[in-house]
Amino acid sequence: MTLDPKIPAGPIEQKWDNHRFAMKLVNPANKRKYHIIVVGTGLAGASAAASLAELGYRVTALSYHESPRRAHSISAQGGINAPKNYPNDGDSVYRLFYDTVKGGDYRAREANVYRLSQVSNAIIDQCVAQGVPFAREYGGLLDNRSFGGAQVSRTFYARGQTGQQLLLGAYSAMMRQVGLGTVKFYERREMLDLVVADGKARGVIARNMVDGRLESYEGDAVILATGGYGNVFFLSTNAKMCNATATWRAHKRGAFFGNPCFTQIHPTCIPVASEHQSKLTLMSESLRNDGRIWVPKAKADKRAPNQIPEEERDYYLERLYPSFGNLVPRDVASRRAKEMCDKGHGVGTTGLAVYLDFSETIKRNGQAWVAEKYGNLFDMYKQITGEDGYESPMRIYPAVHYTMGGLWVDYNLMGTIPGLFVLGEANFSDHGANRLGASALMQGLADGYFIIPYTIGDYLASNKFQKIDAAGPAFKEAEASVADLTKKLIAVRGKTPVDVFHKELGRIMWEYCGMGRNAAGLKKALELIPALRERFWEDVLITGSPDSFNQELEKAHRLADFLELAELMVRDALLRDESCGGHFREEHQTEEGEAKRNDAKFSFVAAWEFAGTNRTPKLHKEPLKFDYVKPSQRSYK
Amino acid sequence: MSGTMTITLNVWRQSDRNSKGRFARYTLPNVSPDMSFLEMLDLLNLDLVRKGEEAIAFDHDCREGICGTCSLYINGRAHGPLRGVTACQLHMRTFHDGDSITIEPWRAKPFPVIKDLVVDRSAFDRIMAAGGFVSVRTGGVPDANTIPIPKPVAEEAMDAAACIGCGACVAACKNGSAMLFVAAKVSQLALLPQGHAERQQRVEAMVARMDAEGFGACSNTYACEAECPKKISVTHIARLNSEYLRAKLI
Repeated sequence: MTLDPKIPAGPIEQKWDNHRFAMKLVNPANKRKYHIIVVGTGLAGASAAASLAELGYRVTALSYHESPRRAHSISAQGGINAPKNYPNDGDSVYRLFYDTVKGGDYRAREANVYRLSQVSNAIIDQCVAQGVPFAREYGGLLDNRSFGGAQVSRTFYARGQTGQQLLLGAYSAMMRQVGLGTVKFYERREMLDLVVADGKARGVIARNMVDGRLESYEGDAVILATGGYGNVFFLSTNAKMCNATATWRAHKRGAFFGNPCFTQIHPTCIPVASEHQSKLTLMSESLRNDGRIWVPKAKADKRAPNQIPEEERDYYLERLYPSFGNLVPRDVASRRAKEMCDKGHGVGTTGLAVYLDFSETIKRNGQAWVAEKYGNLFDMYKQITGEDGYESPMRIYPAVHYTMGGLWVDYNLMGTIPGLFVLGEANFSDHGANRLGASALMQGLADGYFIIPYTIGDYLASNKFQKIDAAGPAFKEAEASVADLTKKLIAVRGKTPVDVFHKELGRIMWEYCGMGRNAAGLKKALELIPALRERFWEDVLITGSPDSFNQELEKAHRLADFLELAELMVRDALLRDESCGGHFREEHQTEEGEAKRNDAKFSFVAAWEFAGTNRTPKLHKEPLKFDYVKPSQRSYK
Repeated sequence: MSGTMTITLNVWRQSDRNSKGRFARYTLPNVSPDMSFLEMLDLLNLDLVRKGEEAIAFDHDCREGICGTCSLYINGRAHGPLRGVTACQLHMRTFHDGDSITIEPWRAKPFPVIKDLVVDRSAFDRIMAAGGFVSVRTGGVPDANTIPIPKPVAEEAMDAAACIGCGACVAACKNGSAMLFVAAKVSQLALLPQGHAERQQRVEAMVARMDAEGFGACSNTYACEAECPKKISVTHIARLNSEYLRAKLI
């Protein structure tokens, strides 16, 4: 099969408008005849479910959470980008497009990014209309702040809880439809398989997490908005339940996986403290607006930070990147922190941390000013570390945060299985090899509010659908395969709990497929991961019954998939014999230690086709063309 | 931090909604003061599974105090002893070597136990579906800067909007009242001009749903504010009452 990204013709500014006119429409009376299944109800899923139901479609939404308001979108702190140019500082749709393509290190599809930038202003309008309490200036108008990878202030925010407020907005829009009866919401349901019938995605099998029963949901199209797979590393800033099961099982049913090795490591996280650590906590990148990052100039300097005089501190980001300073993109900031620690300048008991210092800002503007902007982050830091960030600099270290890779989608956000649409972090589309801060919320809501309502109509109007029955053969087969997998997992009855294997997988991935990667390490990981997978299937121990609420069984299903996905990530990282964005192959760097791309050989999206468990997947390439933003060595100097 | 602690736990175990529950006692040596409370439970669960026993079920997700999923009643207090801190952000350094800790689920009639420490809070979703929104469709809304909102008003609305919907207010209230939860949403949308068009229907519908779900009346003890991990103020309950009165009188 050939990959067709279906990019509309015409100048980039007109592609989306032209496409919207070219797409077929479903007339209002016919919309209620179509039934759409939405899996995942975070920003992308809830906004899609609400918008589609408002249009008149019948929508069934599933979530493994007890409520859509628990989705991990809620943890996003810093903000959401839109080129409103309210601050009059030179922003435009084109500039946001340019910054995003460049920030992604020229590995994203230009047409998608341009559309994202185009619709982003409408997101802010939509959220304000819903009652999202964005930060305001004294005159009553909306306030903006700056974020990494940009020299304009285009980030809208609600204190340090922007994700929460945007999610509650989308959730309220969706719950309104639930109240009206147009969206049926099923909580505590985990999708464990995709049902493909007649070559089209027609439903899902989900486990009722309360009583363990498998349930079939049939529809005319399936939307996956199930988030990213950062938890493959065990330790990440993702919430504990975030997993790849929905996307991975769709992959096994024929959906190609795009750029699986593109992982974002976020620079401002609280460092690992102990062996028992269950997850990592991120503090918003917005801290880099007013905090200064430094390490001692001397190696292994054990003095307390306030004992180190100004001239013995290395503000390395300001030194290396005078024009962007502390606001370089995330991949650059993370890599430089690792480099400083690897060279022996790291601080704290582990030596795996750098300082984030607010003393100058506190001196200039006062502690109250800092507290108003970042108070919740200082509180969070104190709660976790027991230390006061106002009194001495905070210690930070990079942590896995976001995955740019995901299921491959075309311009319509449809995957390689007809009728399977993938939104938000779950798809691979807009961020290339590195996502800029405050762009995840933007993409999730763009996909859900303003893209899928148009493109899904075109699909429904252009296809004929056979009547499908949840008791029919396609559903029976999928249900049996899930039941069989559950039975196999329980039947192992080994000695080792799920989390022990998960931590081991995390260590392998962080060591060999983390911030720095090289061919030898990746090859090693390709031996270690299948061996670990084998041990998992010989020795995992799951207690409790499959027919009841059973969190160990939930984790086992998710880990079984992570153990397969991890191998694909490594394979993809090995194939991509260049550095780009967050994918840093140590063999390929400039003299200054920046990621060195190889556009002649790797200007493509790697889309992997599943070929069977323990069989080498098949690679397909979608060539990337840059007609507007000419690829160059990214410079933030 | 130096040294480890031995902690004794009394944990509520209940197989499902219809079974009778009981307390089970566990002793956990080697608890590090740097562990979070939930990491301590992770450690206990690893032990239990290794022994072939069922892990203790508890709801949790973000573990950074924002998703509102965790819901533990620790030593008789929702989310434990610290003010303004969720159970997931509580760390073992708050406790001492030799301490005995009792862990229960939220206790309230509208929050039936699903298993062990996990409860069903879907009543909150139904209250939201009844009226916790502004009725705008996607698209066709005015430019975001069309309506200026004075900064103090936006800030007060944000104070209310900070509610994470965890249900600690209900668990803390001797009447099992959901007034603080409902008040936070009514107040946010009553303060903002966007919410004005529907203020009457909203407060009536949400309060009616709250009553139908079986939540009790406000006890006026302010236990909800004291235990709210986001420190939502009871002044929002005052605004809820005035909105309700206004809706009934006008």
